[in-house]
Amino acid sequence: MESDPLLLARIQFGLNIAFHILFPSITIALAWILVYFRIRYARTGSETWLAAYRLWTKIFALSFAMGVVSGIVMSFQFGTNWPGFMENVGNIAGPLLAYEVLTAFFLEATFLGVMLFGMSRVPGWVHVSSTVLVAIGTSLSAFWILALNSWMQTPTGHGIVDGHLIALDWWQVVFNPSFPYRFTHMMIASGLTAAFVVAGLSAWRLLRAAGDPAAKVALRTGVLVAAVLAPLQIVVGDLHGLNTLEHQPAKVAAIEGLWETAHGAPLVLFAVPNVREKRNDFSIEIPKGASLILRHDADAEIRGLNAFEPDVPPVAPVFFAFRVMVGMGMLMVLLSWYGAWRMRKGVAPPRWLLWAFAGFTFSGWIATLAGWLVTEIGRQPWLVTGVLRTADAVGPVGAAQLGASLTGYILTYGLMLIAYMVVMTHLAGKGGASPEPQPAATERAIA
Amino acid sequence: MSIDLPLVFAALMGAAVLAYVVLDGYDLGVGMLMPAATSGEQDVMVSSIGPFWDANETWLVLGVGLLLVAFPAAHGVVLTALYLPVTAMLIGLMLRGVAFEFRVKAEGWHRELWNWLFWAGSFLAAAAQGYMLGAYITGFETGFGYFLFSMLVAGGLCGGYVLLGGAWLILRTEGVLQKKAIGWTRWGLLWVALGVALVSIATPLASEPVRDTWFDFPRTAALMLLPLASALAWLWIWRSTGRLKRGDSVPEWAPFAGAVTVYVLAFAGLAYSLFPYVVMDRITIWEAAAPPSSLKVVLIGALVVLPFIIAYTVFSYHVFRGKASAKLYDH
Repeated sequence: MESDPLLLARIQFGLNIAFHILFPSITIALAWILVYFRIRYARTGSETWLAAYRLWTKIFALSFAMGVVSGIVMSFQFGTNWPGFMENVGNIAGPLLAYEVLTAFFLEATFLGVMLFGMSRVPGWVHVSSTVLVAIGTSLSAFWILALNSWMQTPTGHGIVDGHLIALDWWQVVFNPSFPYRFTHMMIASGLTAAFVVAGLSAWRLLRAAGDPAAKVALRTGVLVAAVLAPLQIVVGDLHGLNTLEHQPAKVAAIEGLWETAHGAPLVLFAVPNVREKRNDFSIEIPKGASLILRHDADAEIRGLNAFEPDVPPVAPVFFAFRVMVGMGMLMVLLSWYGAWRMRKGVAPPRWLLWAFAGFTFSGWIATLAGWLVTEIGRQPWLVTGVLRTADAVGPVGAAQLGASLTGYILTYGLMLIAYMVVMTHLAGKGGASPEPQPAATERAIA
Repeated sequence: MSIDLPLVFAALMGAAVLAYVVLDGYDLGVGMLMPAATSGEQDVMVSSIGPFWDANETWLVLGVGLLLVAFPAAHGVVLTALYLPVTAMLIGLMLRGVAFEFRVKAEGWHRELWNWLFWAGSFLAAAAQGYMLGAYITGFETGFGYFLFSMLVAGGLCGGYVLLGGAWLILRTEGVLQKKAIGWTRWGLLWVALGVALVSIATPLASEPVRDTWFDFPRTAALMLLPLASALAWLWIWRSTGRLKRGDSVPEWAPFAGAVTVYVLAFAGLAYSLFPYVVMDRITIWEAAAPPSSLKVVLIGALVVLPFIIAYTVFSYHVFRGKASAKLYDH
C-alpha cells in the first residue's frame, strides 16, 4: 500500500494533539478545584479538606505531567511536520506561541514544584498563592492557544506586506470573532471534564469505603460544579454555533448534514451521510428544525455543502462527532441535576447512582474530543480558513520516517495511557486518608 | 534607534538553550545515574530533582519556540533534518517525565518498569540531544563519517550530563550517597575530557566553515583562551572533588559551579564557531529572520516577562535549598 505522507502527517498530528488535550482538559479546571480545597482547608483546619487536597494533588500531579510531556511534543510538531504553517502564518503563530511559553508555561511549571512539595517549607499563604498561580498558569495557557486556534478558524487583524502575512492589529488577531466563544466553551469543557473525574473517582472510592469523608466532600464538589456548568455549556455551545454559522458556514453545513441549500432546513437527529450520492440515508429529522435553531426563523435559508464546493470538509466525522458531543452533554445535564437533587441536604447517594457517576468519570474526555474533531475536521480543507490549506503546509518528511515516528508515538502513548488509567483507578480506590507529615504550624493562622 | 533584532534573538535563543542544557542537564544526568544507586538512594536522587524538572524542560520549549518565532525558515529546515533524533528525544523526555509520577504510584513490577523507564528515558533524551548537536554543527551532512561524529558527540553529551548530575548530587545530598556522587562526578569528568578532546579534533575535520573560523590567525591566539579556561575549570572540579573525597573542607557548590563554567565556555566556543549561521554554512541569522514587526512584539513581551521568570525561578530554588530527603516525593 502506497502511504500518503500528507495523510500520515495528519494522523500523527491528530494523534498527538488528541492525546495531549486529554490532560489539560482535566488539569485546567482541576487546578481551580484544588484552590477551592486548599482554601477550605485553610479556613476550617479540617482534616477532611486536607485529605481531599492531598489526594487530588497526587492525581493532578500525574495528569499534569502527562500534559506537560505531550505538550513538549506538540511544540515540536509544527517544525517537524508542518513547516509550511510557520512559513506562511509564522508571524501570527510565532508570537502567540512565544507568549504562551513566556507567560504561562514557566509560571505553572515553577509554582507546581512549590505546590506539590513545598507545603511544609513555606508559610500557608505562600502555598495557597502557589496553588492559585498554577491555576492561573494553566488558564493563561488555554487563553493563548485558543487565541491561536481561533485565529486559524476566523482569521482577522492580518495583512500581506512585502509578500509576508503579518499582524496589522494584534487586538483583532487575539480577540478574533470566534475566540470569545471558543475560549469560554473550552474552559467550561475543562470544568465539566474535571468535575466528572472528581465525582467519578470519588464515587468509586465511596463504593469501596462508604464513609470516606474526603470522598464525600469531593463528590459533592464535583456534582455541584457539573450541575452548574453542564447547562451553561449548552447555552455557550449554542452561541458558538451561531457564531460559526456566520463565519464558517461550510462547517455548519457539515454538522447539520445539509447537502443542499434549503429554506426551512430540517434538523437531522440521526442519519448515515452518503458522501457519494450527497444525501443522508436513514434520516430521522425534525422539519425546519435547523433553520429554527440557527436563524430563529423556520423558513430561513441555510446554505448547504453544495454552496461551498470544492472546499468542503469530510462530512461523516463532523456529523457524528457533533452528535456524540451533544448527546454526552445532555446526559451530563441529566446525571448532574439528578445527582445534585438526590444528594441535597447532605443525603448519601444510593449505590446505583455512585456506579453511574463512576461510569461517567471520563465522559468529559469523550465530549471534549468529539468537540475538537468537529471544529478541526470541520475547518478542512483549510488549515487557516481562507488563507492556507492543510495540504500546502505539510513538510517534506517521507512516508518511511513518518511511519517510524507515528509507530513510536502510538506505542509510547499506548503505554502511558494504560499506566495512567491503572494508577488513577488505584489512587482513587485507596482514597486520601494516608498519614502525611503535617504542614507548617503557621498554616492554621491564615484566615 | 535601530537594534539588530535578529542578533538579539540569536543571543536570546542561545541563552535559552544554554539555560536548558545546564538545568535539564543535571536532572537528565541524575536520571542516567539511577542504576548506580540503591533503592533508598534512588528516592533521594529523585527528590533532589523532583520540584525542578518541569521548569527546567520549559527552557527547551522556549529555545525551540524562539527558533520558531525568530527564524521560521531555519526552524523548518532544522527540525526536518533532525526528524528522527528529535522524535527519539521527545519519546525519551516523555517517558522520563511521567516516570517521576508512575514510579512512586505504581505497585509491584510496574514500579520496577517505571524505574527502568526513568533511566532509559533520561539516557535516550540525552543521547538524542548529543546526536542532534553533532548533526547541527556539521550542517546536517549525511554519510557514515558524519554519523560516527554525531554518535561521538552523543556519548560526550551523556558524559557531560553525568558530570552535571553528579555535581548537583554533591550539592544536594550527604553521607554515603554524596560520597558516591563524588565518584560519579569524577567519572563524568574523565568521560567529558575524552569527549571534548575527540570532538575538538573532529569538529574542524568534519566542518570546513568551523575549520576556517578556528584557524584564522591572529584571532586563533585569542581563541585559545577558551580551551585554556576550560582546562582550568576541569582541573578545579578535579581538585575540589578530590579534596571532598578526602573530607577536606571545600565548598560543596564548587564542583557544580565548575561544571556550569565548563558548559558556558563550551557554549561560547560553539556560538563563536557557528556565528552567523543558524543553519551551518547555508542560512545566516539575518536570512532566516522573521520580519521586524513579529520580532518587536515578542521582544517586548520577553523583556517584560523574563525578569519575573528569573525571579520566581530563584525563589523556587530557595524554597527547596538544602539537602534532599527521600520523603519529599512521597506526595
